[in-house]
Amino acid sequence: MTFDQVRENGGRLFEIWQQRGKEIYVDLPDADARSITATLLGCGCRVAAVFAEDRTRAEDRFNVYYVFDNPEDPRYLLARVPVAADTRTFPSLAAEIPAVNWQEREIQDWFGLIAEGHPNPRRVALHDNWPDVHPLRKDFPIHTVLDPFEGERHVYRPTLGEGVFQIPVGPVHAGIIEPGHFNFAVAGEPILYLQLRMFYVHKGIEKRFEQLPVNRAVYLAESISGDSAFSHGTAFCQAVEQAADAEISPRARQIRTILLELERTYNHVADIGAIATDVGFGIANAHASRLREMILSVNEDLTGSRLLRGMVCPGGVRWDLLPESLGRAREILQVFEREFADLMQLIESSDSTRDRLERTGILLPEKARDLGIVGVAGRASGVDCDVRRDHPYAAYDSVSFRVPVYREGDVLRRMQVRVDEVRESLTMIRKVEGEMQPGPHRVQVPAISPDRCALGAVEGWRGEILHWIRTGPGNRLERCRIKDPSLNNWPAVVEAVQGNIVPDFPVINKSFNLSYSGTDR
Amino acid sequence: MFKILRKTVQTGLVTIGYPNTPAKLSPRYRGAPRFDFANLTDPRAAADACPTDAISIVEVDDRGHVTMDYGRCVFCGQCAEADSSIHMTQEFELAARHRNDLVVNAEYGLSADGEHYELKELEQNLAQELQGRIHRLLGRSLAIREVDAGSCNGCEVEITALNSPVYDLERLGIHFVASPRHADMLLVTGPVTRNMELALLKTWQATPEPKVVVAVGACGISGGIFGRNYATLGGVDKVIPVDVYIPGCPPRPEALLYGILLAVGRMEQKGLPQ
Repeated sequence: MTFDQVRENGGRLFEIWQQRGKEIYVDLPDADARSITATLLGCGCRVAAVFAEDRTRAEDRFNVYYVFDNPEDPRYLLARVPVAADTRTFPSLAAEIPAVNWQEREIQDWFGLIAEGHPNPRRVALHDNWPDVHPLRKDFPIHTVLDPFEGERHVYRPTLGEGVFQIPVGPVHAGIIEPGHFNFAVAGEPILYLQLRMFYVHKGIEKRFEQLPVNRAVYLAESISGDSAFSHGTAFCQAVEQAADAEISPRARQIRTILLELERTYNHVADIGAIATDVGFGIANAHASRLREMILSVNEDLTGSRLLRGMVCPGGVRWDLLPESLGRAREILQVFEREFADLMQLIESSDSTRDRLERTGILLPEKARDLGIVGVAGRASGVDCDVRRDHPYAAYDSVSFRVPVYREGDVLRRMQVRVDEVRESLTMIRKVEGEMQPGPHRVQVPAISPDRCALGAVEGWRGEILHWIRTGPGNRLERCRIKDPSLNNWPAVVEAVQGNIVPDFPVINKSFNLSYSGTDR
Repeated sequence: MFKILRKTVQTGLVTIGYPNTPAKLSPRYRGAPRFDFANLTDPRAAADACPTDAISIVEVDDRGHVTMDYGRCVFCGQCAEADSSIHMTQEFELAARHRNDLVVNAEYGLSADGEHYELKELEQNLAQELQGRIHRLLGRSLAIREVDAGSCNGCEVEITALNSPVYDLERLGIHFVASPRHADMLLVTGPVTRNMELALLKTWQATPEPKVVVAVGACGISGGIFGRNYATLGGVDKVIPVDVYIPGCPPRPEALLYGILLAVGRMEQKGLPQ
């Protein structure tokens, strides 16, 4: 059922107050929020994001938004629940929809609103040792200097019983990875449960967006998660273009598609190598990191940056792809494809590798659906979502591609989704590159009028990236909400490690490979 | 087993020659922007375009002062697009021992009607002191502990690449270790978030003397695009003493290699493009 059908069937269930491009905005009086959400979920919709904005200065209230994704509708539905500035309470949906658990608590931390009825209303984003501040409120200056903190004082769920003990790990880890704290409760080798503490790398990015003019803010978007620089940059630029009613050229769409797929490829091949390393197959990683280097050199040749930074801009891309660079890229990708097949043959012919990956770190499809898991991890557990297909952007509506979906939800399938996607990406790049349209690579985007709301959605290599903006005066932003897929997916790691042995934790964690920076912002 | 060996033999040698041979760069690679001060008259357009305020202007009465801070630069090329007297070079060996070595200053006169005249670069003395003792002790074999103190993980992508057969750090006697207690060097990324301040300090305290600290990337040097705010401190040297700064966003693997070798006295500081 499309959103319109849901609305009609429910007897004009909600009022639409704005419809632009791929977004429908509706108002949800807070008394009805629960029942209408239940109806939408009953029709197969999924809550993609929850966030708030401070409108106390303009309208004397806050707004909480729920973003719904519908498999039968190419649009996103944004349901707005007004929150009075004096009571500051909004109804929590976390008990019915576990997927919104963290995001509702984030709203409590950032804005000081109260999610009424939340089953676990403790802080998630602000650590327990932070003073009582709400950084995304308009009356909180970004340059506020807070006193130095003592260590984190979070109280973990106790671990009791004979032979049962805790293993605290992090925030500084043994490898070259990002910081976060894991608290394992174990009975011998098997993990009873895992408690996470994130937001160690919180940098105030959403607040920082409110300081910068739009053209400079693109660089901030690229710094949300460095390995997804181009995806985040594109999501942000799409939101800006939508708010400015700007249409980019077919050529710019194609260039973005090629670069998005290159980003997916270099990350996927690195992950495949890293998964092999974590089960002791180092030589496969040596080949994989060599292959990743091939793609990074293509990136540099096409855009001037190995990580595709500084390339995307509102209105298209900053530089056209040169024919000679494209020619070189074509040759390298041909070699890459052959080498990638060899790499996969090496890995697939190793029985001991398969033995370690199969039935390890299982995330069941029901759990994945309830927790709102997206991207690679979702598709390995039966969640058939892909923004490229469901909400086409760039040039994805002009290419056909397969979205791999498995139901087993183990490490092996999360690797297999990546393998399949690399192959699809190579085919897609070849197809788009063969059909390059002439025309400008960039169009001028006019200054945006204030109070425009827009959503940018991109399927990054990890999964669904959303950027929601409200524009302010002077080509600046009033609010920018960033939803990296990692934010949805951390609870999946907690589920997947249960019952597995501690030595398998690195490979399980790697098979999700979530961005700490993207989560913490 | 034979398949693995055959693939290894087929692949052959893939390691680059740097630092013994020059790095292979694509013609499009963007390194440090270079300023042609003789032809640059009005730096305001470039300063406006810079996303990280690497180019900043202070005007007092009839004198203006421009600062170009390579410790904030993200090599985006916006300044070069805004002003034709600035162009992007391919220089990446920018690591320096002192924060001030990354800053270029210029002055200009300001007439009453707002016209600019006589923009000229100010003399700069590169700090060239050597810390001989540490270099002798750590120069030949070096153990590095990487610490992410709030990075966007872009720097980690490039640091991980150093372990790949293409850059093969171990051929230079350098390797990454799992604990600060085994480390000679801390390689620190990120603007240092408030939530990582204590962890960074403890990691530094756990590293035995003699130790070297290298700050990586625009964020590690100055806080980069995040700067200093309620959640970040604005650079590694706000918390622990830093021996070498490696500019970049992120620095390419060769730039990291150059900075690491500079820190242990196996390279000479080249200085900024003049």
